[in-house]
Amino acid sequence: MATSTIDLTLPYTTRVKDALGNKHLKVALERSTGRMAGQRVAAMGAVDAPRLRNQVRLMKEYVLRNLPDLLEQLETNVTANGGHVHWAKEAVDVQRIIVEIARKANVQKVVKAKSMATEEVHLNQALQAAGMKVVETDLGEYIIQLAGEPPSHIIAPVIHRRVEDISDIFQRELDMPPTLDPQVICSVARGVLRKEFLSADMGISGCNFAIAETGTCCIVTNEGNGRMTSTLPRVYVVVMGIEKLVPTIEDAFLQYQALCRSSTGQQCSVYLSMTSGPRKPGDADGPEEFHLVLLDNGRVDMLAKGYGEALCCIRCGACLNVCPVYKEIGGHAYGSTYSGPIGAVISPTIHMEVTDVDKLPYASSLCGACRDACPVKIDLPRMLLELRRDVVEEGDTGMFDRAGMQAFSRMMQSRASYESAGKLGSLGSNLLAGLSGGNIKFMPGPLAGWTNSRDFPPLAKRSFRQQWRDRVKGRKVIGADDKA
Amino acid sequence: MTHKKQFDSPPKRVALFVTCMVDMIYPEVGMATVELLERQGVEVIFPTEQTCCGQPAFNAGFWEEARPLARRFVDIFEPLVRSKQVDAVVAPSGSCTTMTSHFYRLLLQDEPAYQERAEFLGAATFELTEFLVDVLGVEDIGAHFDGVLTYHACCHLNRELGIDRQPRTLLAHVEGAEVVEMTAADECCGFGGLFAIKNSAISTAMGQRKTQNIVKSDADAVALCDVSCMTHINGLLSRQGQRVRAVHIAQVLANQVDVTPRAERAPETKPPASPRRWQDGKA
Repeated sequence: MATSTIDLTLPYTTRVKDALGNKHLKVALERSTGRMAGQRVAAMGAVDAPRLRNQVRLMKEYVLRNLPDLLEQLETNVTANGGHVHWAKEAVDVQRIIVEIARKANVQKVVKAKSMATEEVHLNQALQAAGMKVVETDLGEYIIQLAGEPPSHIIAPVIHRRVEDISDIFQRELDMPPTLDPQVICSVARGVLRKEFLSADMGISGCNFAIAETGTCCIVTNEGNGRMTSTLPRVYVVVMGIEKLVPTIEDAFLQYQALCRSSTGQQCSVYLSMTSGPRKPGDADGPEEFHLVLLDNGRVDMLAKGYGEALCCIRCGACLNVCPVYKEIGGHAYGSTYSGPIGAVISPTIHMEVTDVDKLPYASSLCGACRDACPVKIDLPRMLLELRRDVVEEGDTGMFDRAGMQAFSRMMQSRASYESAGKLGSLGSNLLAGLSGGNIKFMPGPLAGWTNSRDFPPLAKRSFRQQWRDRVKGRKVIGADDKA
Repeated sequence: MTHKKQFDSPPKRVALFVTCMVDMIYPEVGMATVELLERQGVEVIFPTEQTCCGQPAFNAGFWEEARPLARRFVDIFEPLVRSKQVDAVVAPSGSCTTMTSHFYRLLLQDEPAYQERAEFLGAATFELTEFLVDVLGVEDIGAHFDGVLTYHACCHLNRELGIDRQPRTLLAHVEGAEVVEMTAADECCGFGGLFAIKNSAISTAMGQRKTQNIVKSDADAVALCDVSCMTHINGLLSRQGQRVRAVHIAQVLANQVDVTPRAERAPETKPPASPRRWQDGKA
């Protein structure tokens, strides 16, 4: 397997620099994000989108308010169906639980359907360390597994690669003859993966939603790999973040509708696989053993810390496709399993090791395009603002920033100091601008971050308030000061 | 979103919240705003105690530093509205209007008394184009512009305040102007306050995407409702040596904007066709 050139543990600034300097990434993102965003707009536009978004939002809020009861209801029903439910508090617990299940069932080979939850807890590495072969079967996940790379998008894990790059990877790793035809590339993958499915002992998937009232785990896929993962191997394990719960079958289809339309812009996916426990006598297929692992990994803390709204997320990736920051830097620059605006909120609040995680809430211009695109109406800009407040309150900010902000606040608290600063600024900036004939081309210190690429205008020679005072001179007006 | 104050009779007097950037860098935008309001028969007063609403600090996470500025702002403007000395507060900025009428609620959540006053004030605080169109009912303000205009929808204005129709309506009625739609007019220009400095490279990349779309629209000027985004866009356009500039909508509406003449159209560079018998190497 190839060694990846993508290192998520590098510092934030390095990750961003690498991403912005990667011309192929720019092409790949340009090709995909715009298309996905357009498809979402069309698919949501075909239904009463405000109503759908309201309904899903209210349902998710109900779930979060009733989380303990609903989880226990789910456990009761999964158990009644003959499945086993495991409660995993942290990432290591998921790893331990699934390695134990695999050892007991004498598992040699694991096939996996796409799952962000298992990425989050680094399950593959744990299974491999325990001596098992793990094969990703979602095409995108399979490609990045061959390349040794982490996913860079919630639903399109290989969005950072162009078809040209994917062809190179397949030629190198699978001896595929040179081609850029996606059909040919797909059929090569299908040929390899079919053999893996038939010889696998265990299937692992995530869970798009689980229905509490029936004990049913649902996965939404377009390639059929999910169906084979859940039905062919002897043992089937589902890993589910505890927020992926829905109360009823009707709610499941509500979330399904929002998910398909917002993620890939489909009316419905090609496959919706629903598993309610292991194979029963007389069933044509299905696993002999069924396990559901409920994953917390900080989600309960998110609720307690006031970031519970992010648990309404149904992982559609719509916020990534419209985010002007994501469109420039892609997913890896975020350094986390979860990227884009939702990743910048989840990563600092969930229990994950992410290098420079404090920088993520600042990786946004707070433009709000994410909130408009979100099918659950998560107020991501507001949460990013609150996370920034937390970063500052915890003192994880530069001394310079703090001193600067305190000075700024003091200066703005007094009209006299504001006006003096303005006069000084006008003098200084006009001097700087004079040097470069019109606009300021260079500013010192941290302000160079502006003038590296942009000019800045000098301050006005006479401020608005100075002009205003002249205008109202001698008249008695409301709001005027003694200088008028 | 705040429920906006309703007026039984047309507002007669407003307080101008000029914003610190307009005050210090773009006084002409402030003057244009005053002119537009006065032309509609509205008296403008300017409380000179005002400084900055605190958004730069709030936006960067320094809420402790932003709070005194928020309280100060409320103390200056709220009594004017409460005592009916003015009917409304008007600002030539979507972003600063968002801060004071929208984010103060969040910032002052632990100070109920101030929060209540901020909400009261917020309901009576209007962005300029919103005030002109929704409150005064103006669509054609009598402006004239000889050239091509395009519009950039600033994010706070468009997404936090939901103001988009109003500036577009006013521009559509500018006599002589051809208004064209640029690609992705509602996509962020990459300013984002300190983001522009802290994440300079990303901000620049976003801005370059924006300026490309502006240049591609072939407009003479791009009108917008925030001088912060204007500073960012113009900073890039100026560095790139482009002819087109961003202008505040108040400047367009007050006929302040002169069009930089288009460079002489380059003569047709296509060479004249050569007789067919000499093509394809036929001697």
